[in-house]
Amino acid sequence: MKELIKKVVETYGPAGSEAQIRELIRSEIAPYVDEMRVDALGNLIALKRGGGKKLMLAAHMDEIGIIVTHIDKNGFLRFFPVGGLSPLTLIGNRVMFENGTLGVVGAEKLEAQKDLSLNKLFIDIGAASKTEAEVKVGIGDVACMSREFVDLGTRLVAKAMDDRIACAILIEALKAVREPTYDIYAVFTTQEEVGLRGARVAAYDITPDLGIAIDVTRTGDTPESITMDVSLGKGPTVKIRDSSLLCTPSVRKFMEEVAQQNSIMYQLEVLEAGGTDAGAIQLTKGGIPAGVMSIPCRYIHTASEMVDYSDVQNGVKLLVGIMETEFKG
Amino acid sequence: MLLKRLSEAFGPSGCEGEVRNILMEELAPHVKEWRRDALGNLIAVKGSAGGLRVMLAAHMDECGLMISSIDRSGLLRFRKVGGIDDRVLVSKHVIVGSKKISGVIGAKAVHLQKPDERNQIIPLSGLYIDIGAKSKEDAEKLIKIGDYVVFATEYKALSDTVVVGKSFDDRAGCAVLVEVLKDEYALDIYGAFTVQEEIGLRGAGVAAYAIEPDLAIVLEGTTCSDIPPSKEYGYCTTLGQGPAITIMDASVICDRRMIAELVRIAKDHDIPLQFKRSVTGGSDAGKINQTKAGVPVVVISVPCRYIHSPISMLNLTDFHNTIKLVKLFLKSIAEGGFVL
Amino acid sequence: MESKEFLKLMVEQTGVSGFENPVAEVIKKAFATVADDVCTDVLGNVIARKQGEGDERISIMLAAHMDEIGMMITKIEEGGFLKFIAIGGIDQRTLVAQEVKVHGKRDVLGIIGMKPPHLLSPEEVGAAIKMQDMVIDLGLPIEQVKELVTVGDLVTVHRPFIALAGDFVAGKAMDDRAAVAVLLECLQELQKIRHKADVYAVATVQEEVGLRGALVSTYHIAPQIGIAIDVCHGEMPGVPEQDTAPMGKGPNIALGANIHPKLYERLVEVAKEHNIPYTIDPVPGPSGTDAWAMQVTRSGVPTALVSLPLRYMHTSVETLSMADVKSTGRLLAYFIASIDKSFVEGLLCY
Repeated sequence: MKELIKKVVETYGPAGSEAQIRELIRSEIAPYVDEMRVDALGNLIALKRGGGKKLMLAAHMDEIGIIVTHIDKNGFLRFFPVGGLSPLTLIGNRVMFENGTLGVVGAEKLEAQKDLSLNKLFIDIGAASKTEAEVKVGIGDVACMSREFVDLGTRLVAKAMDDRIACAILIEALKAVREPTYDIYAVFTTQEEVGLRGARVAAYDITPDLGIAIDVTRTGDTPESITMDVSLGKGPTVKIRDSSLLCTPSVRKFMEEVAQQNSIMYQLEVLEAGGTDAGAIQLTKGGIPAGVMSIPCRYIHTASEMVDYSDVQNGVKLLVGIMETEFKG
Repeated sequence: MLLKRLSEAFGPSGCEGEVRNILMEELAPHVKEWRRDALGNLIAVKGSAGGLRVMLAAHMDECGLMISSIDRSGLLRFRKVGGIDDRVLVSKHVIVGSKKISGVIGAKAVHLQKPDERNQIIPLSGLYIDIGAKSKEDAEKLIKIGDYVVFATEYKALSDTVVVGKSFDDRAGCAVLVEVLKDEYALDIYGAFTVQEEIGLRGAGVAAYAIEPDLAIVLEGTTCSDIPPSKEYGYCTTLGQGPAITIMDASVICDRRMIAELVRIAKDHDIPLQFKRSVTGGSDAGKINQTKAGVPVVVISVPCRYIHSPISMLNLTDFHNTIKLVKLFLKSIAEGGFVL
Repeated sequence: MESKEFLKLMVEQTGVSGFENPVAEVIKKAFATVADDVCTDVLGNVIARKQGEGDERISIMLAAHMDEIGMMITKIEEGGFLKFIAIGGIDQRTLVAQEVKVHGKRDVLGIIGMKPPHLLSPEEVGAAIKMQDMVIDLGLPIEQVKELVTVGDLVTVHRPFIALAGDFVAGKAMDDRAAVAVLLECLQELQKIRHKADVYAVATVQEEVGLRGALVSTYHIAPQIGIAIDVCHGEMPGVPEQDTAPMGKGPNIALGANIHPKLYERLVEVAKEHNIPYTIDPVPGPSGTDAWAMQVTRSGVPTALVSLPLRYMHTSVETLSMADVKSTGRLLAYFIASIDKSFVEGLLCY
């Protein structure tokens, strides 16, 4: 599975520019699903028939990035964030455009470190002039972080673990599931990082009986971290709440029961700030029971997001268990 | 002139009636079917060629004020409707309520201020509208609590191409949409003049829900800051450099295929075009994009300096080029020159 | 049932946003005495339907939220102290030294402790205590705490209903269960008068975390008129008069973009006709109530908003007048009785 993870995390795909990652996922899952389509917002919606109720599983394939808003006469690019991006994580980092162009992030002279903000930063693609830059990049072009996947053994580090690790888990689960008890709509959603936008329209179209998002969550296991009872290596989480939703109690119970029945280690997650696709799914039409399985992840929204491989493997098991167990709530 | 009429019309969010009437009157010869809904959106329905359903949207409402109470002295206290910068309010001429009473926004005279007050923003609690009433009872003959207020700004031409007036955001978009609707297209056209954009993109979503468009084009008068002390990368748009296409804002990521087609058309027809170079702020496009199973959208704007203030400025060449570009775009869609 | 008694039952029950079931049971029972049927939807909204007379199918939805703000356990620290976050908008300063109930395996009483003033550093003396620095102390050894409590358990302030002088009452969750009491008043009044409209009285969930219950229940019901009943700030010293409404002088009727002008006019007409006292509230933008979500559901719903004046909002001593609960219930009932098909059709003619 590590090879699949390496492929999906290294592929380009910021919010709104998901074509490359969508094609990769499409080719990975094609042998294992019955139907596939792409909707108006670019969501990849795959159907695996098992009869019964409609289960929507959402893993967002977009990642955070930057959008070019100005090219100056010396060829430097100014930019805005696409999704939640801190300037603290950017200086000296490398970014990659859809056509493969690479750039580095530089900063204006700062009087003090606290003056650092995104509008003091720029991207240098090695062009000596505006004309030279415009050969490779235009206003409105979007880039993601450029960083290689690293296998530290148990722990894996890469850009875009948020939320490609969930894409990888969903792909693996589609391969592994033997007796699905639902018509499974596996949705690789777009534009989650800018407001859960893909999941919202996909859920409207599908109108599932049960919606579960797969995402990453923060942890409380690093020095002087936030107060949170989630750690790497203690299993995927069953979410209770985040800013976007209070998980439907019957769904949370169902997910816990599946984990217990299959002897899968899991943690309970209370996330103070942050949202997931399930928030949009739950409020679709007259309301849809919704829950979330998260993979604990350190350093979210940086170029080096870290997960634990055992949590990923347990995540696949829990997801397969969900696919094969009827939700009676 | 239509832009002048629209600019001077009274229409803060939630009180768009006067704008609605002007639009219906102006379009009477060109539109047979009108729809209205529970929020007051006005939708012109044109053509039934069984072609693509195209929604064009421009919002009728503007930022303004609302009367919240009347003091014993007859002075009026107010709240803001939409995102007006507190700093632009003091010493302006305003129009209050359905009886269109003239008033001025007053504050403590400079002589009575402490030195450090002069560098501070005057809070709303320090401002009031004076309509010349002698007492609360006197004021109540002319004004009701909840009455809306707009700036009393006259539309003027500063040169052959540059004009100033209030509410170009989004009466410029309304005026563009009116001109576009005067032509015929082999498409199902829904011209939506929306309400309540300035207080949270309220009208566009419900209009799109009813229309179920295949694609949508939002017409705006948008931010332009090509003035000192802005740095060039902070201009957002530049006056006189043509219609501005939004690639992304806080509410939406526009459809790349539609943007590509607009760029092609502009090039082929020598229409100057610029991209909006900021992603802050939202637009009706966000709500339309998120309607039902999703709608591809694009935003085309006339750059306007000093929006959300009593007086904004636009370039008529940009305005006419926006009309031209939108018409050509619709023709291209109708001819199948562009496939979703 | 008498409103005061119903309100006491409700505010002494728990129902934190997303977990409204305990209070929902109380409400279902009361609504069942006056409605034709009562059901619960996927999110837990309680929907009571009272059918109108005749064949004109008109639907009016009344929404009052039953959820309350509360807290949730995030971690059990060494020593058995509990860390928590807020669910909904809590003023952290009102939590200090409160008795709380932790809803674990069973309800456990605890207190929100603080460092005593004697031990504060000079910088700490003048500053409010942050929620992240507070803990809940159950007075139990950690082993016992871990048996009773897990991450994700809910916490509410322990506050029995308080009857004050006259017809004033105080307690937690009066926002917005006093308005749920208005729904019952209205349904009871409607048993005495004729009405053509089908009435859907909805006790909504998850208002405090983003108007979520109203969003889905309005979609589900698809009413022709929607009215939210919420609370507004009652008159008190230190707050400008123009930002508050007087206590005991009837409902506060909103006007502005969130309100259909014809519904506002009709509410005022009905109040005058039946000598019901009222005040008005100009709302220039987002009303922050269920009405805000209802209005933009599907292709749009004409909405109105009436509010009960209430002091000390989002604390455990929210105070209001029962007279306002009763008069608001009557106003809504007479309003509903005044609605016919032609009025509803007129709402689309701007």
